Amino acid sequence: MEEIVDNFFNVDIAVGAMSIVIDGLLNTILLSLMVVPLGFLSGLGLAVMAQSKSRAVRWPLMAWVDFFRAFPPLVLLVLLFAGLPFMGLELGGFACVAVAFMLNNSAYYGEILRAGIDSVPHGQIEAARSTGLSGGQAMVYVVLPQAIRNVLPDLLSNTLEVVKLTSLGSVVAVPELLYQARQAQSATFNPTPIVMAAVIYFLILWPLVRLLSRLENRALAGRG
Amino acid sequence: MTAIVKAYGVHKHFGHLHVLKGVDLEVAERELVFVIGPSGSGKSTLLRCLNRLEQPSSGSIEVAGIDMLSPKTDINHARQHIGMVFQSFNLYPHMTALGNVMLALRKVAGKGKAEAETLAQAALDRVGLADRAHHRPAELSGGQQQRVAIARSIALEPRVMLFDEPTSALDPELVGSVLAVMRDLRESGMTMIVVSHEMGFAKNAADRVIFMDDGLIVEQGPPAAIFDTPAHERTRAFIGQIQQH
Amino acid sequence: MTAWDKFLDAFFNAKVMAKYLPDILAGTLLTIELAILIVVSGILAGLLLALVRSLSFRPLNLLIIFVVDLLRSLPPLVIIVLLYFGMPSAGWSPSGFMSTWLSLSLVLMAFSEEIFWAGITSVHKGQWEASRSTGLGFGQTLMNVVLPQALRLTIAPLTNRTIAITKGTALGTVVALHEILGMASSAVSNSYNPSPLILGSAAYLILFIPVVIAARWIEKKYSWKR
Repeated sequence: MEEIVDNFFNVDIAVGAMSIVIDGLLNTILLSLMVVPLGFLSGLGLAVMAQSKSRAVRWPLMAWVDFFRAFPPLVLLVLLFAGLPFMGLELGGFACVAVAFMLNNSAYYGEILRAGIDSVPHGQIEAARSTGLSGGQAMVYVVLPQAIRNVLPDLLSNTLEVVKLTSLGSVVAVPELLYQARQAQSATFNPTPIVMAAVIYFLILWPLVRLLSRLENRALAGRG
Repeated sequence: MTAIVKAYGVHKHFGHLHVLKGVDLEVAERELVFVIGPSGSGKSTLLRCLNRLEQPSSGSIEVAGIDMLSPKTDINHARQHIGMVFQSFNLYPHMTALGNVMLALRKVAGKGKAEAETLAQAALDRVGLADRAHHRPAELSGGQQQRVAIARSIALEPRVMLFDEPTSALDPELVGSVLAVMRDLRESGMTMIVVSHEMGFAKNAADRVIFMDDGLIVEQGPPAAIFDTPAHERTRAFIGQIQQH
Repeated sequence: MTAWDKFLDAFFNAKVMAKYLPDILAGTLLTIELAILIVVSGILAGLLLALVRSLSFRPLNLLIIFVVDLLRSLPPLVIIVLLYFGMPSAGWSPSGFMSTWLSLSLVLMAFSEEIFWAGITSVHKGQWEASRSTGLGFGQTLMNVVLPQALRLTIAPLTNRTIAITKGTALGTVVALHEILGMASSAVSNSYNPSPLILGSAAYLILFIPVVIAARWIEKKYSWKR
C-alpha cells in the first residue's frame, strides 16, 4: 500500500511537478480553444455545402468525410510533422496539431451538422423564404439554430473527444498536459505526474461526460 | 357462485399519492365486470395490482386460487393464468404476430416449437388474423395489433383476462373489430375485467358495472342500474359527461 | 530535378517503399490482430456491464457509472502511457501490446456500456409489462424482448464508436508497439525518407475505408426508425 502511494500519489513529487504540469494544462486549454472552433467552423462550412443538390459537390464531400473517419488522427499528425519538412516546410508541433485536427474534425463536426440540418423540416425553409428571407438568411436565422439544438449531444460528445485528442500533441513535442507530465515523470522516475495529469483530465471533463450521458439517454428514450 | 378473483382491502401508494384506498373486489367465474371512472380514479392501478404489475401497499389478492401477494408464489407461473391487454398494445416490434403469440408459450408454458406454433396459429385464428401470422406489428393496423395482443393472452388459456382501456388508442372505425373479439371471448365463458369507456359495449355485454372515483369503489350494479339510475351524484355527473361525447 | 520530381522522390520513392513494404505488412497484421481483440473484448465487456446494470443493484451501478465516466473522461493515450510507463513502478510491466489492448478495450467497454444501456432503457416500459404479464421472468424478458430491440437501436452508434476507438491502435506507437505507424516511423528514421509513412497511411485507408463505408450503410439501414 505504502509503495503504491509512494509511486503513484507521492505528495513531494506532486508538489515539485505542480508548476510543470500546470503549464501543460494551460497549453492543453490553449490547444482546445484553437482546435475546437477551427474544426467546428470548417465542419459547418462542409455541412452547408453538403446541402447542395449537385452530386459534383456532395460526392467529394462525402469522400472527404469518409477519408478522415478512416484515417487515424495520430497518423495524420505524424505525417504532417515528419513529412512536411521533406517539402521544406517546418510547421512545428503546435501548428501541425492545429492543421491535423482541423482537417480531422471538419469531417466529424461536418457529418454531425449535416445530420442536424437534415433534421430540420423543409417547411422551415419555405416558411422563412415566404417571408422574404434570402436562402442564406434562412439558413443562419432559421435552420442552423434548430439544427444545432437537434444534434447538441453529438456536438458536445465530439468536442469532448477533441479535447481528449489534444493529448496526441505530446507525440510531436507540444508541451501540453500529457507531454509535461511525461517530462516530469522521466525526470523523477516516478509516475505520480502522469497520475496528476489523469486526475486533471478527469476533473475537467467529468462534468461534460455526466451531462452527455444524461442527454444521450434522453435522446434515445425519445426515439424508443 | 364461486369468486375467481378475490381482492380485499387493497391500498396502493405512489410516494405521497394514495391511489387505491381500500378496494374490495370479487369477480365470479364467467362474469364480465366493467370498471369505469374518471382518469386518476385508480381503475388501471387496480387492474395492474391484480397480476402484480404493481405491488399493492397492503391488502390481499387471490386469483384462481393463487395468493398473488405471497412471496412463495411463483409470480411468473401465476401470470400465465391472468391475461392482460394494454391500451398501447405493447406488441414486440421485432417479432411477427405469430412470434409474439409463441414467445410465452415456449418460454413460460414450456411448449415445443411445433406445438407452440399450432396453438399460436389457433389463437390468431380465433381473433380473425390467421392470414396475418407472418406480419410484423408495424405492418398491422391498430385494431389488428390489439387483436394480436389478445391472441397473445388467450393462447396461454388464462382463467381471467384483464383489459386496460383496450380501445382508447384506436381510431373509431377500428374499435368495432376489437369489441367483436371481446364479445366472442365473453360468449365462450371467459372471466373478464374491463377498464374502458365503451358504454355501448358495457350496456349490452357487462354483467356488472363498477364506478370508481378517488381510489374507491363508489357504487356497482347491473349496467342498466348504473347508467340509468345511479345512486350517487358523482356517478351521475361522470356518466352525464361521458354520454355527451 | 524539378520540384515535382523532388516531391515524388521524397514521398513516393519506389525503392524505399519496396524495401520497407514487408515491415509495413507485418505492422498491418499486428494492427488487425489488435483491432479484432479490442473490438471483441471491449464490446463483450460493455454488454456484460450493461446487463449487470439492468439488475438495478445500486452500489454496483454507482461503481459501474463511475468507472465508465472515468474511462470516458481520460484520453486513451493517457491510459496507455499510465499502464506502460507507470505500472512497472507497481511491479507489473505490461508490454506495449498489452498496454494498448487493455487501454483501448477498457475505453471501448465504457462507451459500449453507455450505448447498450441507453438502448435498454429506451425500450418502452410497456414491452416489459406485456412480457411480464404473460409470465416471462426478468431474465427471459431482457433476453427475448428487450435486448433484441435495444441492439437494433445501438448498432449505428456502436459501429461509429468502435471505428473511432480501433483507429486508436496507432497510439501503440508511443509505447514501442510495432503496428503500422510504429513500423512506418522507424522506417522513416532509418531511410531519411517519408515514403514509408505514405505506405503506412495507405495501409490504414485500405483497412478502415471499407469499414467506414459499411458503417454508413448500417447507419442508413438501422437508423433510429423502427
